[in-house]
Amino acid sequence: MTKKLEIHLLKQWINYLPLILLPAWYLLYANLHRLTDGLVYTIFDLPMGTHFTESLWFFVFEVPKVLLLLTLIIFCVGIIRSYFSPERTRKALEGKSLFTGNVMAASLGIVTPFCSCSAIPLFLGFIESGIPLGVTFSFLIAAPMINEVAVVLLFGLFGWKTALIYVSTGLFIAITAGWVIGRLHLEKWVEGWVYELKAGAHLEDEKLSFSTRIKSGLEAVKDIVGKVWIYVIIGIAVGAGVHGYVPQDFMASFMGKSAWYSVPLSVLIGIPLYSNAAGIIPIVSALIEKGAALGTALAFMMAVIGLSLPEMIILRKVLKMPLIFTFIGVVGAGIMIVGFLFNSIF
Amino acid sequence: MEIKILGSGCANCKNLEKAAREAVAELNLDASVVKEEDIVKIMAYGVMRTPALVLDEKVLFYGRVPSVSEIKEMLIKK
Repeated sequence: MTKKLEIHLLKQWINYLPLILLPAWYLLYANLHRLTDGLVYTIFDLPMGTHFTESLWFFVFEVPKVLLLLTLIIFCVGIIRSYFSPERTRKALEGKSLFTGNVMAASLGIVTPFCSCSAIPLFLGFIESGIPLGVTFSFLIAAPMINEVAVVLLFGLFGWKTALIYVSTGLFIAITAGWVIGRLHLEKWVEGWVYELKAGAHLEDEKLSFSTRIKSGLEAVKDIVGKVWIYVIIGIAVGAGVHGYVPQDFMASFMGKSAWYSVPLSVLIGIPLYSNAAGIIPIVSALIEKGAALGTALAFMMAVIGLSLPEMIILRKVLKMPLIFTFIGVVGAGIMIVGFLFNSIF
Repeated sequence: MEIKILGSGCANCKNLEKAAREAVAELNLDASVVKEEDIVKIMAYGVMRTPALVLDEKVLFYGRVPSVSEIKEMLIKK
């Protein structure tokens, strides 16, 4: 065998390495509870039941748990996303009627790779190929709000039910808000040059082999986990402090069910607050434990993650101010309805 | 030849510009690397995801930042 071929085969093999690591991941994840007990109670030899031990245990357990989940899920999402692209999504949405288009755009918004720095070319590309404004908005609302980091953190810290509630209410908001914006016929509030734009021929997708897809999964892990791990640690550290030291039911008086104003207030605070899901969700999970209502917390998280100031500033290039305010208003109202609904159900 | 980096100034666009310059320098190519930040001109290439690399007015790839060695391979092929 020539040296070159050997190196080539080795490179191929390395691409599949993540799949081989899966059992190790599972062993670590399944034994995390025991490992944490051993570290906190045996090695550190801390007494059970004190504020400090409670906080430390929470931190030592949750940080590796969330990071393990993030790594695995983002790796899988990276592979899944390599089958989707804005170009393909655009093709799927062309010529769809308003309501069907909104449903499809919101669902595709979850799986299509999207970065807020590409929001403008994406918006222009959609509008230019005749996709209605309302359908485009459904995509632009769902894509950042229902992101994999938020879903993983909700799953890890709250359980699958809350993660599912978040995804389905997020979809509901993206679909209805886009539909409402479509019905309002607000094309006059899009900057004039947008509709005069002549875009070049649509590009074909690159053909990818499966080992390239695994590589894009790895790149997603490097890119996303590399960026959010510090927020996860800070968020869980604050959450651990709240968990151990804040008295039970402390939050009930101002973030509880009885305080009706807490839902609109948390949306108002959430919009300008720009934090990523990784930092905000661990803190919110600790607040819920101390008596904050689920609907209020959900509304707060959605406002923080889904409506971000930097994205509005980017979108200002193509949208006039009244449309930006309508966008915030419609999505904000949707989030509030979800908040009130969940406070009255649970 | 002429290499254009399409992107409106995000971090990835700067990374791609840097990687492209390195690739050109390592291959000793006689090529200019320019940055295109005007969104109207970017859209004229049919690109929906930035950053993108355009070689002699043809889009080579878009929406990602390949490694320097991968860019080198692509430039040699052309």
